[in-house]
Amino acid sequence: MMESLVHVCLAGISAGMFIWLVASGLTLIFGVLRVLNFAHGSFYMLGAYLCYTCLRYLGVNFWLGVIVGPLGICLVGFLIERYLLRQVYDLELPYQLLLTFSIVLICDELVKMIWGAGSIGSPTVPGLSGSVQIVGRNFAVYNLFIMVVGPLVAIALWALLERTWWGRIIRAAASDREMAAAIGVRVPGLYTGVFVFGAWLSALGGALAVPYIGLLTTGMGEAIIINAFVVVVIGGLGSLKGAFLGALFIGLLNSFGTRFIPTLDMFLTFILMGVVLLWRPQGFFSGVDQ
Amino acid sequence: MNRYGNYIVAGVVLAALIGIGFFSGKFVLYLAMRVMILSIFAMGYNILFGRTGLLSFGHAAFYATGAYGVALSAMHLHSHPLLGIAMGIVAAAILALIIGFFCVRHTEIYFAMLTLAFGMMVFSLMWNWRDVTGGDDGLYGIMRGSISLGVFKIPIMKDSHFYFLVLFFFSVTVLLIHRIYQSPFGLVLAGIRENHVRTEFAGLGVKRYRLAAFVVSGAFAGLAGSLSLLLESNVTPFAAHWSHSADPVLVSLMGGMQTFSGPLVGSVVFVVLREIIERFTHNWMLWFGLILLAIILGFRGGIVGSTAQLLKRSAK
Repeated sequence: MMESLVHVCLAGISAGMFIWLVASGLTLIFGVLRVLNFAHGSFYMLGAYLCYTCLRYLGVNFWLGVIVGPLGICLVGFLIERYLLRQVYDLELPYQLLLTFSIVLICDELVKMIWGAGSIGSPTVPGLSGSVQIVGRNFAVYNLFIMVVGPLVAIALWALLERTWWGRIIRAAASDREMAAAIGVRVPGLYTGVFVFGAWLSALGGALAVPYIGLLTTGMGEAIIINAFVVVVIGGLGSLKGAFLGALFIGLLNSFGTRFIPTLDMFLTFILMGVVLLWRPQGFFSGVDQ
Repeated sequence: MNRYGNYIVAGVVLAALIGIGFFSGKFVLYLAMRVMILSIFAMGYNILFGRTGLLSFGHAAFYATGAYGVALSAMHLHSHPLLGIAMGIVAAAILALIIGFFCVRHTEIYFAMLTLAFGMMVFSLMWNWRDVTGGDDGLYGIMRGSISLGVFKIPIMKDSHFYFLVLFFFSVTVLLIHRIYQSPFGLVLAGIRENHVRTEFAGLGVKRYRLAAFVVSGAFAGLAGSLSLLLESNVTPFAAHWSHSADPVLVSLMGGMQTFSGPLVGSVVFVVLREIIERFTHNWMLWFGLILLAIILGFRGGIVGSTAQLLKRSAK
């Protein structure tokens, strides 16, 4: 019993880290651009597929795939922000949401056209294949690695936002766009930068997820974006700390839910999302950081 | 266009639809029914979206509730289609009342997220409650019983007969929604969309009106779902999935969300264009996404709105 509890926890935390990587970009983009990006799950998916392509067809090392894949998505993010999203900042909310939604449709179909459903046994990750014994059961080393990467990204993001000049500019633009523009911040360029960075975070999550999930499908983007939505709602739209703790919580909730009450699979997550929206629509961590 | 012009157009469309019912083959019949069902869904949805200005991502839940309502009443109560449809609509309206009660507390993005959460709760219930809903297999093989009206029975097993039932409900929906838009209730909804603070100051309970719009549009979604079950004879939980909730939004947007006939035109284009494009490629969604992008970036009035503008400009 004890062993199984520990393993349910570990599985939940490692699943939560992928959600965190997507949710961090989502919440950052919302905090600065005020756009809720449906296409964020597509970046995750595209990141995974690009990484997969590097492994499968170019025969490169996994780590190179993790670097190259997300960089490709940065370009996609740049084009989307510069040529599509920028046109709709001043429009009503439905147009912004639906614009990102139509990007989801396009990305899903493009992936289907180009790749089909990609299956990858388990690519060898140099130095991280195999498993270790934790309280009497095997646990993949790679998942442990993910559990280290997630918090590292969180710390790096925190340091970037709180300790650097760039972070100050981003926070200024997030709290008051016009004031930031008045003191000389080039806001449109900053928006592009933040969007590209958010897309990179999500794609990094996707690329790192390649050895973890084993089978890439076009549904993976939609599956993760819905979890990321729940996470940013719980944590508070725009809050990074909230997104991190929310992702951990949702990862654990899913993991425990499927283990102990499989009949309520998913239901708990959405109940939680509904309750938080009704009771504390600003989430649990908004205002703590921006 | 003047009033008589509109009547003439409506008459011509009705005549054409009756003509399709009598003279066309199975495939066209099926497509026409799909168009009408989607129209009911989208026009009902647009009461909330285009009229009241609330973007819901949970209406597929009401659609699915309508479909499951018919299926369950056919399996456990009686196979009378009208009973089933009534059950479907009532179930969807009650669910909309419960969900709407919570959702109308928020607007804008929080409203969209709340409806998404509630819609997905319904989806996961349908997915997991295997004993009643059949789990991920859904319910299938539901036969269309005949409509018995006391002395005589109307068989609707054949598609060419069922078509007229769909046409009947479609016409009723169009008339009802037209009435709603002309009524004081409909005008208040437009007022809420334009400026909810002023509407509140005018002494109208904005939340109650929003809730009413939510329930009415949920009931129409239930009707659409009921008819779709009778047409397809099966339903799966994916009918309630949030990506299905996007359908009426996109259809309204494509046709023109601020116009009466927008959702109608959007449905025709959605279904027919899809059939045409799928003849050539399998990537309907890609083209659909591109069309949407073009509409959002360039033609925000949708097909109907942009055409009307063009006509106005050329008339000057």
